[in-house]
Amino acid sequence: MSTARRPGATADPRPLGRFGWVPALAIIAAAIATWQIYAMRSGVSPQILPSPARVVDAGWAARDALWTNTVATLEETAFGFLVAVVLALGLSLLIDASGILRTALMPLLIGSQTLPLVAIAPLVIIWFGFGLTPKVLLVALLSFFPITVALLEGYQATDPDVERLLMSMGAGRWRRYRSARLPTAMPFFFAGLRIAITYSIVVAIFAEYAGASSGLGIYIEQETHVFRTDLVFAAVLVTTLLTITLFAATYLLERLLIPWYRISRRVDRR
Amino acid sequence: MTSQPTTAPRRTDGGTPKLRLEAVHHAYRDVKVLDGVSLELAAGELVTILGPSGCGKSTIFSILTGTTAPAAGIVLVDGAPLGASSERFAVMPQTDALLPWRRVIDNVTLGLEVQGVSRRDARARVTPLLETFGLDEFTRAYPFELSGGMRQRAALLRTVVQDRSVMLLDEPFGALDALTRTDMQTWLESVWGTFGASVLLITHDIREAVFLSDRVYVLSPRPARVVAEVTVPLARPRRLEDVGSSMFVDIEIELRQILAAIRGRHA
Ligand SMILES: Nc1ncnc2c1ncn2[C@@H]1O[C@H](COP(=O)(O)OP(=O)(O)O)[C@@H](O)[C@H]1O
Ligand SMILES: [Mg+2]
Repeated sequence: MSTARRPGATADPRPLGRFGWVPALAIIAAAIATWQIYAMRSGVSPQILPSPARVVDAGWAARDALWTNTVATLEETAFGFLVAVVLALGLSLLIDASGILRTALMPLLIGSQTLPLVAIAPLVIIWFGFGLTPKVLLVALLSFFPITVALLEGYQATDPDVERLLMSMGAGRWRRYRSARLPTAMPFFFAGLRIAITYSIVVAIFAEYAGASSGLGIYIEQETHVFRTDLVFAAVLVTTLLTITLFAATYLLERLLIPWYRISRRVDRR
Repeated sequence: MTSQPTTAPRRTDGGTPKLRLEAVHHAYRDVKVLDGVSLELAAGELVTILGPSGCGKSTIFSILTGTTAPAAGIVLVDGAPLGASSERFAVMPQTDALLPWRRVIDNVTLGLEVQGVSRRDARARVTPLLETFGLDEFTRAYPFELSGGMRQRAALLRTVVQDRSVMLLDEPFGALDALTRTDMQTWLESVWGTFGASVLLITHDIREAVFLSDRVYVLSPRPARVVAEVTVPLARPRRLEDVGSSMFVDIEIELRQILAAIRGRHA
Protein backbone atom coordinates (compact mmCIF):
# COMPACT_ATOMS: atom_id res chain seq x y z
CA MET A 1 0.00 0.00 0.00
CA SER A 2 1.16 3.54 -0.60
CA THR A 3 2.59 5.48 2.28
CA ALA A 4 -0.03 8.21 2.12
CA ARG A 5 -1.79 8.74 5.40
CA ARG A 6 -5.48 8.08 5.39
CA PRO A 7 -8.15 8.93 7.91
CA GLY A 8 -9.19 6.07 10.10
CA ALA A 9 -6.20 4.03 9.03
CA THR A 10 -5.71 2.92 12.61
CA ALA A 11 -9.14 3.33 14.19
CA ASP A 12 -11.93 2.03 12.01
CA PRO A 13 -14.90 4.38 12.38
CA ARG A 14 -17.15 1.61 11.19
CA PRO A 15 -16.45 -1.37 13.42
CA LEU A 16 -19.82 -2.82 12.46
CA GLY A 17 -19.46 -6.08 10.59
CA ARG A 18 -22.33 -7.96 9.06
CA PHE A 19 -24.08 -8.47 12.42
CA GLY A 20 -22.41 -5.58 14.18
CA TRP A 21 -25.71 -3.71 14.46
CA VAL A 22 -27.20 -6.40 16.74
CA PRO A 23 -25.68 -5.12 20.01
CA ALA A 24 -26.52 -1.51 19.13
CA LEU A 25 -30.12 -2.45 18.47
CA ALA A 26 -30.31 -4.54 21.65
CA ILE A 27 -29.13 -1.64 23.81
CA ILE A 28 -31.61 0.77 22.25
CA ALA A 29 -34.44 -1.76 22.67
CA ALA A 30 -33.50 -2.33 26.32
CA ALA A 31 -33.42 1.42 27.00
CA ILE A 32 -36.83 1.97 25.41
CA ALA A 33 -38.32 -0.98 27.32
CA THR A 34 -36.97 0.35 30.63
CA TRP A 35 -38.32 3.80 29.89
CA GLN A 36 -41.74 2.39 28.94
CA ILE A 37 -41.98 0.29 32.11
CA TYR A 38 -40.85 3.19 34.30
CA ALA A 39 -43.36 5.62 32.71
CA MET A 40 -46.21 3.14 33.20
CA ARG A 41 -45.38 1.99 36.75
CA SER A 42 -44.18 5.20 38.41
CA GLY A 43 -47.28 7.21 37.63
CA VAL A 44 -45.16 10.16 36.47
CA SER A 45 -47.17 12.78 34.59
CA PRO A 46 -46.89 12.45 30.79
CA GLN A 47 -46.21 16.20 30.71
CA ILE A 48 -42.97 15.47 32.51
CA LEU A 49 -42.03 12.10 31.03
CA PRO A 50 -44.32 10.57 28.40
CA SER A 51 -43.90 6.87 27.65
CA PRO A 52 -42.29 5.89 24.34
CA ALA A 53 -45.60 4.45 23.16
CA ARG A 54 -47.33 7.75 23.87
CA VAL A 55 -44.57 9.64 22.01
CA VAL A 56 -45.05 7.49 18.94
CA ASP A 57 -48.86 7.76 19.14
CA ALA A 58 -48.83 11.52 19.51
CA GLY A 59 -46.18 11.85 16.82
CA TRP A 60 -48.21 9.78 14.41
CA ALA A 61 -51.37 11.83 15.13
CA ALA A 62 -49.36 15.02 14.45
CA ARG A 63 -47.56 13.58 11.44
CA ASP A 64 -48.68 16.32 9.03
CA ALA A 65 -47.30 19.11 11.21
CA LEU A 66 -44.14 17.11 11.93
CA TRP A 67 -43.61 16.41 8.23
CA THR A 68 -44.03 20.05 7.17
CA ASN A 69 -41.58 21.21 9.81
CA THR A 70 -39.12 18.43 9.04
CA VAL A 71 -39.07 19.46 5.40
CA ALA A 72 -38.39 23.05 6.42
CA THR A 73 -35.48 22.02 8.65
CA LEU A 74 -34.13 19.65 6.05
CA GLU A 75 -34.21 22.40 3.48
CA GLU A 76 -32.20 24.76 5.69
CA THR A 77 -29.75 22.01 6.52
CA ALA A 78 -29.29 20.97 2.91
CA PHE A 79 -28.74 24.50 1.59
CA GLY A 80 -26.50 25.43 4.49
CA PHE A 81 -24.52 22.28 4.03
CA LEU A 82 -24.15 22.82 0.32
CA VAL A 83 -22.85 26.33 0.92
CA ALA A 84 -20.47 24.91 3.53
CA VAL A 85 -19.08 22.32 1.11
CA VAL A 86 -18.55 24.84 -1.69
CA LEU A 87 -16.97 27.29 0.76
CA ALA A 88 -14.74 24.59 2.24
CA LEU A 89 -13.55 23.42 -1.18
CA GLY A 90 -12.79 26.95 -2.34
CA LEU A 91 -11.11 28.08 0.87
CA SER A 92 -9.11 24.90 1.32
CA LEU A 93 -7.77 25.11 -2.23
CA LEU A 94 -6.81 28.77 -1.76
CA ILE A 95 -5.18 28.11 1.59
CA ASP A 96 -3.38 24.98 0.41
CA ALA A 97 -2.04 26.63 -2.72
CA SER A 98 -0.80 29.77 -0.99
CA GLY A 99 1.36 30.07 2.09
CA ILE A 100 0.39 33.72 2.53
CA LEU A 101 -3.32 32.95 2.51
CA ARG A 102 -2.75 30.20 5.03
CA THR A 103 -1.25 32.59 7.55
CA ALA A 104 -3.75 35.30 6.63
CA LEU A 105 -6.93 33.24 6.74
CA MET A 106 -6.43 30.54 9.35
CA PRO A 107 -6.77 32.83 12.43
CA LEU A 108 -9.96 34.25 10.94
CA LEU A 109 -11.38 30.80 10.27
CA ILE A 110 -10.53 29.53 13.73
CA GLY A 111 -11.98 32.74 15.17
CA SER A 112 -15.22 32.11 13.31
CA GLN A 113 -15.58 28.86 15.22
CA THR A 114 -15.32 30.50 18.61
CA LEU A 115 -18.46 32.60 18.09
CA PRO A 116 -21.05 31.30 20.55
CA LEU A 117 -24.16 30.24 18.68
CA VAL A 118 -26.45 31.55 21.47
CA ALA A 119 -25.08 35.03 20.87
CA ILE A 120 -24.91 35.14 17.10
CA ALA A 121 -28.05 33.20 16.14
CA PRO A 122 -30.46 35.92 17.35
CA LEU A 123 -28.28 38.59 15.73
CA VAL A 124 -28.19 36.86 12.36
CA ILE A 125 -31.99 36.46 12.58
CA ILE A 126 -32.35 40.18 13.29
CA TRP A 127 -30.08 41.01 10.34
CA PHE A 128 -31.60 38.63 7.81
CA GLY A 129 -35.17 38.05 8.96
CA PHE A 130 -37.16 34.96 9.81
CA GLY A 131 -36.74 33.21 6.47
CA LEU A 132 -34.36 30.66 5.03
CA THR A 133 -31.28 32.90 4.63
CA PRO A 134 -30.19 33.27 8.27
CA LYS A 135 -30.48 29.51 8.86
CA VAL A 136 -28.49 28.71 5.75
CA LEU A 137 -25.83 31.18 6.87
CA LEU A 138 -25.64 29.80 10.38
CA VAL A 139 -25.51 26.19 9.23
CA ALA A 140 -22.81 27.06 6.68
CA LEU A 141 -20.82 29.08 9.22
CA LEU A 142 -20.64 26.24 11.69
CA SER A 143 -20.14 23.33 9.33
CA PHE A 144 -17.67 24.65 6.75
CA PHE A 145 -14.83 24.53 9.25
CA PRO A 146 -14.52 20.79 9.91
CA ILE A 147 -14.77 20.17 6.16
CA THR A 148 -12.08 22.76 5.41
CA VAL A 149 -9.72 21.38 8.03
CA ALA A 150 -10.30 17.82 6.80
CA LEU A 151 -9.55 18.84 3.21
CA LEU A 152 -6.40 20.72 4.22
CA GLU A 153 -5.17 17.68 6.08
CA GLY A 154 -6.09 15.56 3.08
CA TYR A 155 -4.06 17.62 0.61
CA GLN A 156 -1.06 17.36 2.92
CA ALA A 157 -1.33 13.58 2.92
CA THR A 158 -0.47 13.48 -0.80
CA ASP A 159 2.43 11.17 -1.54
CA PRO A 160 5.36 13.48 -2.45
CA ASP A 161 6.63 10.85 -4.89
CA VAL A 162 3.33 11.04 -6.77
CA GLU A 163 3.63 14.79 -6.96
CA ARG A 164 7.22 14.65 -8.19
CA LEU A 165 6.18 12.01 -10.71
CA LEU A 166 3.44 14.27 -12.07
CA MET A 167 5.88 17.17 -12.28
CA SER A 168 8.35 15.01 -14.18
CA MET A 169 5.53 14.28 -16.62
CA GLY A 170 5.06 17.99 -17.12
CA ALA A 171 1.90 18.38 -15.05
CA GLY A 172 1.01 21.92 -14.02
CA ARG A 173 -0.39 22.90 -10.68
CA TRP A 174 -4.07 22.44 -11.52
CA ARG A 175 -3.36 19.03 -13.02
CA ARG A 176 -1.55 18.01 -9.85
CA TYR A 177 -4.55 19.03 -7.78
CA ARG A 178 -6.90 17.17 -10.07
CA SER A 179 -4.81 14.01 -10.36
CA ALA A 180 -3.23 13.78 -6.92
CA ARG A 181 -4.11 16.23 -4.16
CA LEU A 182 -7.89 16.28 -4.51
CA PRO A 183 -8.30 12.49 -4.84
CA THR A 184 -5.95 11.97 -1.88
CA ALA A 185 -8.07 14.35 0.16
CA MET A 186 -11.38 12.70 -0.68
CA PRO A 187 -11.48 10.17 2.19
CA PHE A 188 -10.59 13.01 4.58
CA PHE A 189 -13.32 15.11 3.00
CA PHE A 190 -15.92 12.46 3.76
CA ALA A 191 -14.68 12.15 7.34
CA GLY A 192 -15.10 15.93 7.68
CA LEU A 193 -18.51 15.74 6.04
CA ARG A 194 -19.70 13.31 8.70
CA ILE A 195 -18.65 15.61 11.52
CA ALA A 196 -20.24 18.58 9.80
CA ILE A 197 -23.54 16.91 8.98
CA THR A 198 -24.31 16.18 12.62
CA TYR A 199 -23.59 19.81 13.51
CA SER A 200 -25.72 21.06 10.67
CA ILE A 201 -29.04 19.77 11.88
CA VAL A 202 -28.48 20.83 15.45
CA VAL A 203 -27.50 24.31 14.26
CA ALA A 204 -30.52 24.55 11.97
CA ILE A 205 -32.84 23.62 14.81
CA PHE A 206 -31.17 26.03 17.18
CA ALA A 207 -31.42 28.82 14.62
CA GLU A 208 -35.15 28.14 14.24
CA TYR A 209 -35.50 28.21 17.98
CA ALA A 210 -34.07 31.72 17.87
CA GLY A 211 -36.70 32.82 15.40
CA ALA A 212 -38.51 31.15 12.53
CA SER A 213 -41.93 30.58 11.03
CA SER A 214 -41.48 26.85 10.47
CA GLY A 215 -39.07 24.03 11.24
CA LEU A 216 -38.51 21.46 13.95
CA GLY A 217 -36.87 24.05 16.21
CA ILE A 218 -39.89 26.33 16.26
CA TYR A 219 -42.17 23.32 16.55
CA ILE A 220 -40.30 22.13 19.64
CA GLU A 221 -40.54 25.60 21.14
CA GLN A 222 -44.27 25.88 20.53
CA GLU A 223 -45.09 22.45 21.91
CA THR A 224 -42.93 23.09 24.97
CA HIS A 225 -45.02 26.18 25.73
CA VAL A 226 -48.25 24.17 25.68
CA PHE A 227 -46.74 21.31 27.71
CA ARG A 228 -47.03 18.76 24.90
CA THR A 229 -43.91 16.97 26.06
CA ASP A 230 -44.92 13.93 24.00
CA LEU A 231 -44.77 16.01 20.81
CA VAL A 232 -41.44 17.54 21.86
CA PHE A 233 -40.06 14.03 22.22
CA ALA A 234 -41.59 13.06 18.87
CA ALA A 235 -39.78 16.00 17.23
CA VAL A 236 -36.54 14.98 18.93
CA LEU A 237 -37.02 11.44 17.64
CA VAL A 238 -37.49 12.77 14.11
CA THR A 239 -34.33 14.87 14.50
CA THR A 240 -32.36 11.81 15.56
CA LEU A 241 -33.66 9.73 12.67
CA LEU A 242 -32.87 12.57 10.28
CA THR A 243 -29.30 12.85 11.57
CA ILE A 244 -28.72 9.11 11.31
CA THR A 245 -30.15 9.09 7.79
CA LEU A 246 -27.93 11.95 6.63
CA PHE A 247 -24.92 10.36 8.34
CA ALA A 248 -25.60 7.11 6.51
CA ALA A 249 -26.07 9.04 3.28
CA THR A 250 -22.47 10.26 3.48
CA TYR A 251 -21.31 6.63 3.45
CA LEU A 252 -23.50 5.94 0.44
CA LEU A 253 -22.09 8.98 -1.32
CA GLU A 254 -18.57 7.93 -0.41
CA ARG A 255 -19.16 4.50 -1.84
CA LEU A 256 -20.49 6.00 -5.06
CA LEU A 257 -17.86 8.69 -5.52
CA ILE A 258 -14.72 6.96 -4.26
CA PRO A 259 -15.44 3.23 -4.60
CA TRP A 260 -11.71 2.44 -4.50
CA TYR A 261 -11.46 3.61 -0.89
CA ARG A 262 -13.67 0.93 0.59
CA ILE A 263 -12.02 -1.77 -1.48
CA SER A 264 -8.54 -0.60 -0.51
CA ARG A 265 -9.40 -0.76 3.17
CA ARG A 266 -10.84 -4.21 2.78
CA VAL A 267 -7.64 -5.33 1.07
CA ASP A 268 -5.49 -3.65 3.74
CA ARG A 269 -7.21 -5.54 6.51
CA ARG A 270 -6.64 -8.93 4.92
CA MET B 1 17.07 -6.06 -32.07
CA THR B 2 18.77 -9.00 -33.76
CA SER B 3 18.59 -12.44 -32.27
CA GLN B 4 22.36 -12.70 -32.70
CA PRO B 5 24.02 -11.84 -29.40
CA THR B 6 26.34 -8.92 -29.72
CA THR B 7 29.45 -8.84 -27.63
CA ALA B 8 29.86 -5.09 -27.68
CA PRO B 9 27.83 -2.96 -25.31
CA ARG B 10 25.26 -0.79 -27.04
CA ARG B 11 27.20 2.31 -26.32
CA THR B 12 27.90 4.41 -29.38
CA ASP B 13 31.24 6.02 -28.67
CA GLY B 14 32.22 9.33 -30.08
CA GLY B 15 28.82 11.03 -30.45
CA THR B 16 27.35 13.60 -28.10
CA PRO B 17 26.08 11.77 -25.03
CA LYS B 18 22.34 11.78 -24.45
CA LEU B 19 22.93 12.96 -20.93
CA ARG B 20 25.95 14.37 -19.18
CA LEU B 21 26.55 15.54 -15.62
CA GLU B 22 29.70 17.52 -14.91
CA ALA B 23 30.88 18.15 -11.36
CA VAL B 24 27.38 18.41 -9.96
CA HIS B 25 27.22 19.49 -6.33
CA HIS B 26 24.22 19.60 -4.10
CA ALA B 27 23.38 20.09 -0.42
CA TYR B 28 20.13 20.03 1.51
CA ARG B 29 20.62 22.93 3.91
CA ASP B 30 23.92 22.04 5.61
CA VAL B 31 24.00 18.40 4.54
CA LYS B 32 26.27 17.89 1.56
CA VAL B 33 24.76 15.21 -0.67
CA LEU B 34 26.50 15.41 -4.04
CA ASP B 35 30.18 16.26 -4.12
CA GLY B 36 31.04 16.77 -7.77
CA VAL B 37 29.28 13.94 -9.53
CA SER B 38 30.21 13.50 -13.21
CA LEU B 39 28.67 10.87 -15.40
CA GLU B 40 27.24 10.35 -18.85
CA LEU B 41 24.70 8.25 -20.67
CA ALA B 42 24.99 7.51 -24.39
CA ALA B 43 22.02 6.92 -26.65
CA GLY B 44 20.72 3.37 -26.35
CA GLU B 45 22.80 2.63 -23.29
CA LEU B 46 21.69 1.22 -19.95
CA VAL B 47 23.85 2.71 -17.22
CA THR B 48 23.57 1.93 -13.54
CA ILE B 49 24.28 4.18 -10.61
CA LEU B 50 25.32 1.88 -7.79
CA GLY B 51 25.75 3.25 -4.32
CA PRO B 52 24.88 2.76 -0.65
CA SER B 53 21.50 3.86 0.70
CA GLY B 54 21.23 7.56 1.41
CA CYS B 55 24.31 8.53 -0.61
CA GLY B 56 22.38 10.83 -2.96
CA LYS B 57 21.28 8.63 -5.87
CA SER B 58 17.66 9.79 -5.90
CA THR B 59 18.87 13.37 -5.63
CA ILE B 60 20.59 12.96 -9.01
CA PHE B 61 17.19 12.05 -10.48
CA SER B 62 15.45 15.04 -8.85
CA ILE B 63 18.06 17.23 -10.47
CA LEU B 64 17.51 15.61 -13.85
CA THR B 65 13.72 16.04 -13.62
CA GLY B 66 14.09 19.65 -12.58
CA THR B 67 12.43 19.25 -9.17
CA THR B 68 15.74 20.09 -7.48
CA ALA B 69 18.16 22.73 -8.70
CA PRO B 70 21.80 21.71 -8.23
CA ALA B 71 23.98 23.99 -6.13
CA ALA B 72 26.73 23.81 -8.74
CA GLY B 73 27.70 21.88 -11.84
CA ILE B 74 26.50 21.35 -15.38
CA VAL B 75 23.77 19.10 -16.69
CA LEU B 76 23.66 18.63 -20.45
CA VAL B 77 20.95 16.97 -22.51
CA ASP B 78 22.12 16.23 -26.06
CA GLY B 79 24.87 18.75 -25.43
CA ALA B 80 22.51 21.57 -24.39
CA PRO B 81 21.98 22.81 -20.82
CA LEU B 82 19.11 21.08 -19.00
CA GLY B 83 17.23 24.33 -18.43
CA ALA B 84 17.27 25.20 -22.13
CA SER B 85 16.06 21.76 -23.17
CA SER B 86 12.34 21.09 -23.30
CA GLU B 87 13.02 17.38 -23.20
CA ARG B 88 11.39 15.40 -20.42
CA PHE B 89 12.46 12.07 -19.02
CA ALA B 90 10.19 9.18 -18.14
CA VAL B 91 10.69 8.52 -14.44
CA MET B 92 9.94 5.52 -12.30
CA PRO B 93 10.16 6.71 -8.69
CA GLN B 94 11.61 4.62 -5.90
CA THR B 95 8.14 3.91 -4.51
CA ASP B 96 5.93 2.78 -7.39
CA ALA B 97 3.69 5.86 -6.87
CA LEU B 98 0.66 4.17 -8.39
CA LEU B 99 -2.53 6.09 -7.69
CA PRO B 100 -4.82 3.96 -5.50
CA TRP B 101 -7.96 5.53 -6.97
CA ARG B 102 -7.07 4.59 -10.54
CA ARG B 103 -7.39 1.16 -12.02
CA VAL B 104 -4.26 -0.34 -13.60
CA ILE B 105 -5.26 0.77 -17.09
CA ASP B 106 -5.74 4.37 -15.94
CA ASN B 107 -2.53 4.32 -13.94
CA VAL B 108 -0.39 3.24 -16.85
CA THR B 109 -1.88 5.91 -19.13
CA LEU B 110 -1.29 8.74 -16.62
CA GLY B 111 1.78 10.10 -18.39
CA LEU B 112 0.04 10.17 -21.76
CA GLU B 113 -2.95 11.87 -20.17
CA VAL B 114 -0.70 14.59 -18.79
CA GLN B 115 0.79 14.98 -22.29
CA GLY B 116 -2.73 15.70 -23.52
CA VAL B 117 -3.35 12.41 -25.32
CA SER B 118 -7.04 11.51 -25.25
CA ARG B 119 -8.12 8.65 -23.05
CA ARG B 120 -9.07 6.52 -26.03
CA ASP B 121 -5.76 7.06 -27.83
CA ALA B 122 -3.81 6.52 -24.62
CA ARG B 123 -5.50 3.17 -24.06
CA ALA B 124 -4.92 2.18 -27.64
CA ARG B 125 -1.22 2.86 -27.25
CA VAL B 126 -0.96 0.90 -24.02
CA THR B 127 -3.04 -2.11 -24.98
CA PRO B 128 -0.44 -3.93 -27.14
CA LEU B 129 2.06 -3.70 -24.28
CA LEU B 130 -0.19 -5.04 -21.52
CA GLU B 131 0.59 -8.64 -22.34
CA THR B 132 4.35 -8.11 -22.47
CA PHE B 133 4.10 -6.63 -19.00
CA GLY B 134 1.91 -9.47 -17.74
CA LEU B 135 -0.90 -7.08 -16.91
CA ASP B 136 -3.49 -7.98 -19.54
CA GLU B 137 -5.70 -9.77 -17.02
CA PHE B 138 -5.45 -7.05 -14.42
CA THR B 139 -6.31 -3.88 -16.32
CA ARG B 140 -9.47 -3.36 -14.26
CA ALA B 141 -7.80 -4.08 -10.91
CA TYR B 142 -6.82 -1.42 -8.41
CA PRO B 143 -3.10 -1.23 -7.52
CA PHE B 144 -3.67 -2.47 -3.97
CA GLU B 145 -5.13 -5.65 -5.42
CA LEU B 146 -1.85 -6.45 -7.19
CA SER B 147 1.23 -8.34 -6.03
CA GLY B 148 4.47 -6.44 -5.55
CA GLY B 149 5.90 -7.68 -8.85
CA MET B 150 2.78 -6.67 -10.76
CA ARG B 151 2.80 -3.22 -9.19
CA GLN B 152 6.39 -2.74 -10.33
CA ARG B 153 5.51 -3.86 -13.84
CA ALA B 154 2.57 -1.45 -13.91
CA ALA B 155 4.85 1.38 -12.77
CA LEU B 156 7.38 0.39 -15.40
CA LEU B 157 4.75 0.26 -18.14
CA ARG B 158 3.56 3.72 -17.10
CA THR B 159 7.17 4.83 -17.58
CA VAL B 160 7.74 3.07 -20.89
CA VAL B 161 4.58 4.29 -22.66
CA GLN B 162 5.57 7.89 -22.13
CA ASP B 163 7.85 7.22 -25.06
CA ARG B 164 10.71 9.43 -23.90
CA SER B 165 14.21 8.95 -25.18
CA VAL B 166 15.56 8.67 -21.62
CA MET B 167 14.11 6.59 -18.81
CA LEU B 168 15.15 7.11 -15.19
CA LEU B 169 14.45 4.07 -13.04
CA ASP B 170 14.97 4.55 -9.30
CA GLU B 171 15.50 1.18 -7.63
CA PRO B 172 12.73 -0.35 -9.71
CA PHE B 173 12.90 -3.69 -7.93
CA GLY B 174 14.15 -2.56 -4.54
CA ALA B 175 10.92 -3.33 -2.74
CA LEU B 176 10.61 -6.89 -4.03
CA ASP B 177 11.65 -10.17 -2.44
CA ALA B 178 14.79 -11.80 -3.84
CA LEU B 179 13.03 -14.36 -6.04
CA THR B 180 10.60 -11.90 -7.59
CA ARG B 181 13.45 -9.46 -8.08
CA THR B 182 15.45 -12.03 -10.06
CA ASP B 183 12.36 -12.78 -12.18
CA MET B 184 11.83 -9.09 -12.85
CA GLN B 185 15.49 -8.51 -13.74
CA THR B 186 15.45 -11.36 -16.24
CA TRP B 187 12.18 -10.13 -17.63
CA LEU B 188 13.42 -6.52 -17.94
CA GLU B 189 16.59 -7.71 -19.70
CA SER B 190 14.46 -9.67 -22.18
CA VAL B 191 12.20 -6.74 -23.07
CA TRP B 192 14.08 -3.50 -22.57
CA GLY B 193 15.92 -3.64 -25.88
CA THR B 194 12.59 -3.23 -27.64
CA PHE B 195 11.85 0.09 -25.93
CA GLY B 196 14.64 1.90 -27.73
CA ALA B 197 15.33 4.29 -24.87
CA SER B 198 18.50 5.11 -22.98
CA VAL B 199 18.16 4.06 -19.39
CA LEU B 200 19.71 5.40 -16.23
CA LEU B 201 19.02 2.94 -13.43
CA ILE B 202 19.62 3.37 -9.72
CA THR B 203 20.26 0.35 -7.54
CA HIS B 204 22.10 -0.80 -4.49
CA ASP B 205 22.02 -4.42 -5.71
CA ILE B 206 25.40 -5.37 -7.21
CA ARG B 207 24.12 -8.37 -9.13
CA GLU B 208 21.29 -6.31 -10.63
CA ALA B 209 23.84 -3.72 -11.74
CA VAL B 210 26.03 -6.29 -13.50
CA PHE B 211 23.12 -8.20 -15.01
CA LEU B 212 21.38 -5.21 -16.57
CA SER B 213 24.05 -2.62 -17.33
CA ASP B 214 26.41 -1.65 -20.10
CA ARG B 215 28.29 0.44 -17.57
CA VAL B 216 28.19 0.92 -13.82
CA TYR B 217 29.06 4.06 -11.87
CA VAL B 218 29.90 3.36 -8.26
CA LEU B 219 29.14 6.18 -5.83
CA SER B 220 30.74 6.76 -2.47
CA PRO B 221 28.65 7.18 0.70
CA ARG B 222 27.29 10.68 1.25
CA PRO B 223 28.44 13.13 -0.01
CA ALA B 224 28.43 11.12 -3.22
CA ARG B 225 31.29 11.12 -5.69
CA VAL B 226 31.88 8.69 -8.53
CA VAL B 227 34.60 6.38 -7.21
CA ALA B 228 34.66 3.94 -10.12
CA GLU B 229 33.26 3.37 -13.59
CA VAL B 230 33.05 -0.29 -14.61
CA THR B 231 32.14 -1.52 -18.10
CA VAL B 232 30.15 -4.76 -18.40
CA PRO B 233 31.02 -6.29 -21.78
CA LEU B 234 28.67 -9.29 -21.39
CA ALA B 235 26.78 -10.29 -24.55
CA ARG B 236 23.08 -9.49 -24.81
CA PRO B 237 20.47 -10.63 -24.35
CA ARG B 238 21.71 -11.90 -21.03
CA ARG B 239 20.20 -14.96 -19.46
CA LEU B 240 19.92 -16.14 -15.91
CA GLU B 241 22.76 -18.67 -16.51
CA ASP B 242 25.16 -15.82 -17.29
CA VAL B 243 25.17 -14.94 -13.61
CA GLY B 244 27.50 -17.92 -13.12
CA SER B 245 29.86 -17.08 -15.99
CA SER B 246 33.41 -16.18 -15.06
CA MET B 247 33.17 -12.71 -16.60
CA PHE B 248 30.02 -11.97 -14.59
CA VAL B 249 31.56 -13.24 -11.39
CA ASP B 250 34.77 -11.27 -11.96
CA ILE B 251 32.90 -8.01 -12.41
CA GLU B 252 30.67 -8.75 -9.44
CA ILE B 253 33.74 -9.34 -7.25
CA GLU B 254 35.41 -6.19 -8.57
CA LEU B 255 32.35 -4.09 -7.65
CA ARG B 256 32.07 -5.77 -4.28
CA GLN B 257 35.71 -4.90 -3.54
CA ILE B 258 35.28 -1.29 -4.60
CA LEU B 259 32.22 -0.94 -2.35
CA ALA B 260 33.96 -2.63 0.55
CA ALA B 261 36.99 -0.35 0.14
CA ILE B 262 34.98 2.88 0.17
CA ARG B 263 32.89 1.69 3.09
CA GLY B 264 36.06 0.91 5.00
CA ARG B 265 37.34 4.39 4.28
CA HIS B 266 34.12 5.99 5.56
CA ALA B 267 33.70 3.77 8.61
N1 LIG C 1 14.19 16.99 0.30
C1 LIG C 1 15.19 16.70 1.13
N2 LIG C 1 15.49 17.53 2.16
C2 LIG C 1 16.50 17.25 3.01
N3 LIG C 1 17.27 16.16 2.93
C3 LIG C 1 17.03 15.29 1.95
C4 LIG C 1 15.98 15.51 1.00
N4 LIG C 1 15.98 14.47 0.12
C5 LIG C 1 16.97 13.64 0.52
N5 LIG C 1 17.61 14.14 1.60
C6 LIG C 1 18.78 13.53 2.27
O1 LIG C 1 19.81 13.48 1.32
C7 LIG C 1 20.50 12.26 1.37
C8 LIG C 1 20.48 11.57 0.03
O2 LIG C 1 19.16 11.23 -0.29
P1 LIG C 1 18.79 10.38 -1.57
O3 LIG C 1 19.25 11.12 -2.77
O4 LIG C 1 17.35 10.06 -1.50
O5 LIG C 1 19.67 9.06 -1.35
P2 LIG C 1 19.57 7.63 -2.04
O6 LIG C 1 18.57 7.70 -3.13
O7 LIG C 1 20.96 7.35 -2.51
O8 LIG C 1 19.17 6.65 -0.97
C9 LIG C 1 19.85 11.45 2.47
O9 LIG C 1 20.63 11.57 3.63
C10 LIG C 1 18.51 12.09 2.65
O10 LIG C 1 18.11 11.98 3.99
MG1 LIG D 1 16.83 6.70 -3.25
